[in-house]
Amino acid sequence: MRNLQLNSHGELQHLLTIEGLSREMLIAILDAAAPFTEVAEREVKKLPLLRGKSVFNLFFEPSTRTRTTFEIAAKRLSADVINLNIDASSTSKGETLLDTVDNLAAMQADMFVVRHGSSGAPHLIAEHLLATGSDHIHVVNAGDGRHAHPTQGLLDMYTIRNYKKDFTGLTVAIVGDILHSRVARSQIHALTTLGVPEVRVIGPKTLLPTSVERLGVRVFHDMREGLRGVDVVMMLRLQNERMQGALLPSPQEFFKSYGLTLEKLALAKPDAIVMHPGPMNRGIEIDSAVADGPHAVILPQVTFGIAVRMAVMSMLAGG
Amino acid sequence: MSVTKLPEAEALLEKLIAQMRPAAGPDLALVGIHTGGVWLAERLHAALGLAIPLGSIDVSFYRDDYGSRGLRPGAKSSSLSFDVDGAHIVIVDDVLYTGRTLRAAVNELFDYGRPGCIELAVLVDRGGRELPISARYCAHVLAKPLPPQQELVLAKSAEGRLSLTLKDRVDA
Repeated sequence: MRNLQLNSHGELQHLLTIEGLSREMLIAILDAAAPFTEVAEREVKKLPLLRGKSVFNLFFEPSTRTRTTFEIAAKRLSADVINLNIDASSTSKGETLLDTVDNLAAMQADMFVVRHGSSGAPHLIAEHLLATGSDHIHVVNAGDGRHAHPTQGLLDMYTIRNYKKDFTGLTVAIVGDILHSRVARSQIHALTTLGVPEVRVIGPKTLLPTSVERLGVRVFHDMREGLRGVDVVMMLRLQNERMQGALLPSPQEFFKSYGLTLEKLALAKPDAIVMHPGPMNRGIEIDSAVADGPHAVILPQVTFGIAVRMAVMSMLAGG
Repeated sequence: MSVTKLPEAEALLEKLIAQMRPAAGPDLALVGIHTGGVWLAERLHAALGLAIPLGSIDVSFYRDDYGSRGLRPGAKSSSLSFDVDGAHIVIVDDVLYTGRTLRAAVNELFDYGRPGCIELAVLVDRGGRELPISARYCAHVLAKPLPPQQELVLAKSAEGRLSLTLKDRVDA
């Protein structure tokens, strides 16, 4: 795939995936996000950066949290936000998607935030915009199929840096349904690019992609073994709605082996942080005692997510 | 290129402190503009013995050239820990030039509340104003406005000593 994400000056034009972005670019995004966190504490929680811009949230797949945080981020930047929830099942793929894009381009859209069930849909849109001379419109991938969820990966990196300061001495474990998780892919690319020396993935064989090791991670099937001495535990949501066939015996069985409990967390470093992209399945991948406990930074992740999305949108829309 | 003789920043700061001393009091709030203005504001705050905690703002998010030049890297967090409503605020910056930075700073302050009044203190006025803005406190006005391709910047040494330097703009 050609890297459509950067313009001829090496600046971010679209955010489609973390894969292929340099460490410098990831650090630049994290640095840019920091001052946006303060805006939420002001009397007027609004900056004028995207004043007069139209941001379209194109959600071909249901999402509450991601769509809401993108909407808040765009509104805090003074953009006009239009939410389109498009039921993908009632439309034929490809042509209809691009027809939609053409129509919105004709409405003078400035940015598309795209969530789609098919991997590569945001990339397809970015290519189409280039081909039709509408590449002044920026595309942000808000999750595509099993491929990528780059702003989630970035907000996770922001969260880790906030609590651990430096990436280069960390051991990070990603736990659960790696196979169906675009979040995990974005996390792995971000962590390895930022120089985390040990990234572990923990899950049953049936929920790990084949040859996941090639991404530069260590594989563990025993959660207790995998959690030993880690600085960061990144839990994943068990993707019930994506599950086809019997990849695992039962949610209860999964919890027993791969659910994060206080007892298992005790094997990690005493100051380990626990993250989760939400929404959580309590009692399936994470125990409430952990989710609500002192190691959890799950709600700060949500708050940081708004700042990171504001930073990404500001970097794309300016200049 | 003629060499402009630059005044000593430390001497100018003394002059600025003297100018502002009559206004110093329990109700005076200083807000420095990143980065040079914050250095000056820190020194002024200590010298004038002010009680209200020092504020700092970075106007990156309010600049009028975002649409043409994009988000600048290195933006810092703004920090105002006092109540802006009704406050007597003096914005502190190192160099007053077009006035656009000050326009952005005033806009930003109003997103924190409704100040009672806002004044401006600068070390040097280099001329070249593009907006109706002037400084209430100013230690030095350059006899001849600097040409646009030159940039007057405040520097801080490791020991904390301030100095002014003139350089060619890299982004002009």
